[in-house]
Amino acid sequence: MSKSETILEIKNLRASINENEILKDLNLKINTGEIHAIMGPNGSGKSTLSKVLAGHPAYSISSGDIIYQGNSILELEPEERSHLGIFLAFQYPIEIPGVSNEDFLYLSYNAKLKALNKNEISPIEFFSIVSEKLKIVDMSPTFLSRNVNEGFSGGEKKRNEIVQMLLLDSKLSILDETDSGLDIDALKIISKGIKTFMNEDKAIILITHYQRLLDYVKPNFIHVMKDGKIIKTGSAELARELEKKGYEWVNKSS
Amino acid sequence: MINPSNKVLNNNLTKVVNQPYKYGFSTIVEKENFSKGLTEDVIRSISEKKNEPEFLLNFRLKAYKKWKEMKCPEWAQLKFSESNYQDIIYYSAPKFKKKLNSLDEVDPEILKTFEKLGIPLTEQKRLTNVAVDAVFDSVSIATTFKSELAEYGVIFSSISEAIQEYPKLIEKYLGTIVPIGDNYFTALNSAVFTDGSFCYIPKGVKCPLDLSTYFRINEQNSGQFERTLIIAEKDSQVSYLEGCTAPEYDENQLHAAVVELIALENANIKYSTVQNWYSGNNIGMGGIFNFVTKRGLCVGKNSKISWTQVETGSSVTWKYPSCVLVGDNSHGEFYSVALTNNYQQTDTGTKMIHIGKNTRSRIVSKGISAGNSKNSYRGFVNINNKAVGARNYSQCDSLLVGNSSNSNTFPFISVQNSTTKIEHEASTSKIGEEQIFYFLQRGIPIEKAISLIISGFCKDVFTELPLEFSVEADRLLSLKLEGSIG
Repeated sequence: MSKSETILEIKNLRASINENEILKDLNLKINTGEIHAIMGPNGSGKSTLSKVLAGHPAYSISSGDIIYQGNSILELEPEERSHLGIFLAFQYPIEIPGVSNEDFLYLSYNAKLKALNKNEISPIEFFSIVSEKLKIVDMSPTFLSRNVNEGFSGGEKKRNEIVQMLLLDSKLSILDETDSGLDIDALKIISKGIKTFMNEDKAIILITHYQRLLDYVKPNFIHVMKDGKIIKTGSAELARELEKKGYEWVNKSS
Repeated sequence: MINPSNKVLNNNLTKVVNQPYKYGFSTIVEKENFSKGLTEDVIRSISEKKNEPEFLLNFRLKAYKKWKEMKCPEWAQLKFSESNYQDIIYYSAPKFKKKLNSLDEVDPEILKTFEKLGIPLTEQKRLTNVAVDAVFDSVSIATTFKSELAEYGVIFSSISEAIQEYPKLIEKYLGTIVPIGDNYFTALNSAVFTDGSFCYIPKGVKCPLDLSTYFRINEQNSGQFERTLIIAEKDSQVSYLEGCTAPEYDENQLHAAVVELIALENANIKYSTVQNWYSGNNIGMGGIFNFVTKRGLCVGKNSKISWTQVETGSSVTWKYPSCVLVGDNSHGEFYSVALTNNYQQTDTGTKMIHIGKNTRSRIVSKGISAGNSKNSYRGFVNINNKAVGARNYSQCDSLLVGNSSNSNTFPFISVQNSTTKIEHEASTSKIGEEQIFYFLQRGIPIEKAISLIISGFCKDVFTELPLEFSVEADRLLSLKLEGSIG
């Protein structure tokens, strides 16, 4: 087992979109082997945090820093962050008409190999790799020939995100409301996928509104976000308390 | 406040935006030019120079007379200042010491030019799966595989040569599908055309090679007026391709072509174009004015004409490859990808005229507009009262890249009988920042992301192109679009 080390440190981060400040002095430290859940009311900045970590060009950083594996990543482009192992499972995965899932996944897989100075693999080698990953989340290989997210059900879109995470074997995975809109069976499948994937070298940030995902994937820490910063941090217990008492309770108690 | 990721993104974009036009070089050759301007004397000189039979001189003079009475059409969604027709050289040909008997006598500079364009002509290097007619300014330089094709009875030559050797065929068909006075530019072309290609596929022959013409405009002040005529006899089949490039000049150059196709009973003509004329620079200076009339006549029963075009070049394009479906059960198709960037303007589409019974037509048009460009689809489907059981399917999709481009669709449908089935689908979409971000997040660089989205968008059309063209078209589009997202 490898020693736990800091994989991500967010320091006094301020970020805005269209001159609107969304993240206001946010701090967060995550070690390898840890799962962190981020909860909080709508509009508290959870999705913004996930996009800022992935380098979305619409957001600008006015101050603070994001240290990933010991280095600031503020100057890195989104694809470079991806190559370093940062993965974002989108809340609303976008449809890409005319582009097959297989082409997309293959390109993505090889882009990473190339960035790591490894040899790119052939479509046949790729097919056997991706088939294994599809099994984990119980998806039929026919989904490879469909266009990326086009005509996918809500559950299929979310499973597709998990397949990509498994495929890219990311070090830091941010799952933005991956559990929203899933029925209980799909939730179980996705949770199983996350658990198979997680190990001591990785870290996961789960952004969620609901306790039920956390019943399947046990977080080490729970953070409550409000108005662009983390206002409370606790253990898995905190989620249960939130479920009962609502966010108003945190407001009062903090 | 700076947004670091945006900064990096934009820097990379600027780099790729300024991707130079790969075919923008010009060749210095000793040439023979007529002086600028258009008069009856100039037309007589062209005809004399080419040693033409009298019917053709009369054809030209008639056209010139018509042209003088006509006006440049203004209905298209295009803004440009009309060419000064007295400022154009109507005949520009490389100077040859004597009549060319073999390629050895062609100026090596010209051979080098075509080689640079990827069209080697010499026997050792020529493309093996396609016969090429290479046209340089006003004249055809060489036609490959002529004798091999002749064994099958296929005639493939420059139109000038065909006029000398097969005057009867020319007299019978020239100007019958696109009449002299069809429009302003056909009248001009009919008066001054200098070269082009001629194909004749005899009865029952499936042409063993793809035929192709490569058009190159080199001379700065000349226009190119080419004329193509393809005749497919009963039960014959041919696939024809054309490609076009031109050097980068600051002034606009005129290209006004006429293409006529005729398909007899059961004949099948597939005509593919990859048009990459110089499109002007990034502030809209220079580039080719591309005014082209292309029309196919399905005169025989069960005949089929299929147009596939990938239009990426020219500063202004005005072009509507059409099918007149006279024979019963005849079939017309139009597949088009039109891409505009910077200040390019394109008004393109098709006409499908249904006259025979059970005639079918299919239109698939994909317009991509980036930069400050303007991209319009204009289509006309006309179902005659005799065209019982006719069917048409049209699909027009537009893809916008960035925020300053413009896309229009003008479909006209006129139906004169009640047994017809018409379907029309249209869509407009935009390559969004979120789509790009999705690719980037998965580690795929922006250039690859755009090219994948574009090829996905154009898939229905690209599959209609011959394989080599399809790969080339794909590459060309991504090259043209690189950096247009920001």
